[in-house]
Amino acid sequence: MRPTDFTVAGALAALEEGAISAVELTRAHLEAVEALNPRLNALITVTADQAMEAARESDARRARGEARPLEGIPLAIKDLFCTAGVRTTAGSRILGNFVPPYESTVTAQLRRDGAVFLGKANLDEFAMGSSNMTSAFGPVENPWSRRNDPGTRLVPGGSSGGSAAAVAARMALGATGTDTGGSIRQPAAFCGIVGIKPTYGRCSRYGIVAFASSLDQAGPFARTVEDCAILLRSMSGHDPKDSTSARVPVPDFAAACARSVKGLRIGVPREYRLDGMPAEIEALWRQGLDWLRAEGAETVEISLPHTKYALPAYYIVAPAEASSNLARYDGVRYGLRVEEKGGDLRDMYERTRAAGFGAEVKRRIMIGTYVLSAGYYEAYYLKAQKVRALIARDFDRAWERVDAIVTPATPSAAFAMGAKMGDPVTMYLNDVFTVTANLAGLPGLAVPAGLDAEGLPLGLQVIGRPFDEETVFAVGAAIERAADFRALPRVRAGA
Amino acid sequence: MSLDTATVRRVAALARIRLEEEEVARLQAELNGILGWIEQLQSVDTEGVEPMAGGAPRGAPAGMPMREDVVTDGGIRELILANAPDREGDFFAVPKVVE
Repeated sequence: MRPTDFTVAGALAALEEGAISAVELTRAHLEAVEALNPRLNALITVTADQAMEAARESDARRARGEARPLEGIPLAIKDLFCTAGVRTTAGSRILGNFVPPYESTVTAQLRRDGAVFLGKANLDEFAMGSSNMTSAFGPVENPWSRRNDPGTRLVPGGSSGGSAAAVAARMALGATGTDTGGSIRQPAAFCGIVGIKPTYGRCSRYGIVAFASSLDQAGPFARTVEDCAILLRSMSGHDPKDSTSARVPVPDFAAACARSVKGLRIGVPREYRLDGMPAEIEALWRQGLDWLRAEGAETVEISLPHTKYALPAYYIVAPAEASSNLARYDGVRYGLRVEEKGGDLRDMYERTRAAGFGAEVKRRIMIGTYVLSAGYYEAYYLKAQKVRALIARDFDRAWERVDAIVTPATPSAAFAMGAKMGDPVTMYLNDVFTVTANLAGLPGLAVPAGLDAEGLPLGLQVIGRPFDEETVFAVGAAIERAADFRALPRVRAGA
Repeated sequence: MSLDTATVRRVAALARIRLEEEEVARLQAELNGILGWIEQLQSVDTEGVEPMAGGAPRGAPAGMPMREDVVTDGGIRELILANAPDREGDFFAVPKVVE
């Protein structure tokens, strides 16, 4: 077996049996990165030397009988997580040379558990986007392409597009992402892999470059549901450095993947049946529900009446928080500075931010500044927070009748690079199925379930109760078993 | 509500983003497109609804725990200044603020 084809669980077993070493596993992935990254642009920074060093240490530890839960597992880290001593750009010019002196809690926990970091994955600038086209370090190419049109390069989705592409192309066994409106689940679906955004508060946000603090959550990507469960366990837990991280026990998520779904009630929200949704997505959704019924689950039609207002509410709340969070990029303490000779401080701020931020980030800062400005706060921001409360209440009511909710993950398969760029709102509609879970703070998982007529992956989404990722994993694993998704992207290690 | 060019300039100034003259019209169109789409929220009846602040789902452990008000780190001046675009001694340096 090619080392890059392992699952995380399979690699851990092979390492334990001595069938492969961490050095061999890491080297194979670094070779895949070297071969594929020039084309895919999935990683902004490759940390080959540090990875090999970590792999050697990992083998030594295992030899001493001190193997940790992720001992020797090579991962890609979204370049939104601060990594001490390794450049962290957030996909932005304004942080193009930023080397954090500290480590994010999530990456510190992954290191604590023995993971090996291959490098920093590309993303939409400040995680604002659904295509990875807004990165200051260039777009990422989806390793998948259309069966009858292989020349058209497709987006991997976003914002965690580099993470998803790297895992799909077998440049890494898993990756970290963040999800503010769908930034893990949409790229996972577009790249035919699994990704979960856990409950808000499950993972610490400390050391993750902030976008919208009440919506941002970290989560893993991997090629199986079980692998995501393994990675999430290491990433989770209360952190005194993030007061919004929850003081709740971290269960053995992987064990939950083997749970039966028999007797579970699965909600099917009627508002997620969109006009003009491709027939194959509707069909895949029905197929997914059939699979779950065949396993003994019961499907229940439910209503989430405020669904259509989720995206507009999100595009007030998220830009408002972003405009506040991104005020810190002032050219004084870190990051880019642009000044004109003789210019004053304010002129320096304005030139720095004009040169440092890309078009989408500027748009969102402007929207956020406007909706928070005097005279508009109530009409926009407060109104959006009330609508957000209604969206959360829709889910509360649903949980009285169902144990999990299953929907499509995205309204389409991956689209061409450059498409949907003309009108910001068209791009925003990508997150129509995912954004509700962010607004309500709920866990959501995307799992590949089939291919469209062009041979591109399509995903289903499982949404769960707060802090009930275990049921989400159980349902996701049941879909995964039934779908038996084995299709491979055209661009991948060893292909 | 539709933004005129003066408002676009004012918002950019509030956000401390320098706008070149040729950017104003494009931004105005884009922002109005987004705001026009957001406008549909006004049709939602939110009478008596408590606004949701923060991201914690209902059923999450209540409240934010207080910690002891003690210094937990310090003595890391060089680390803090390490990324400064400009410094003078132990200070961040900025362009002249007052004449």
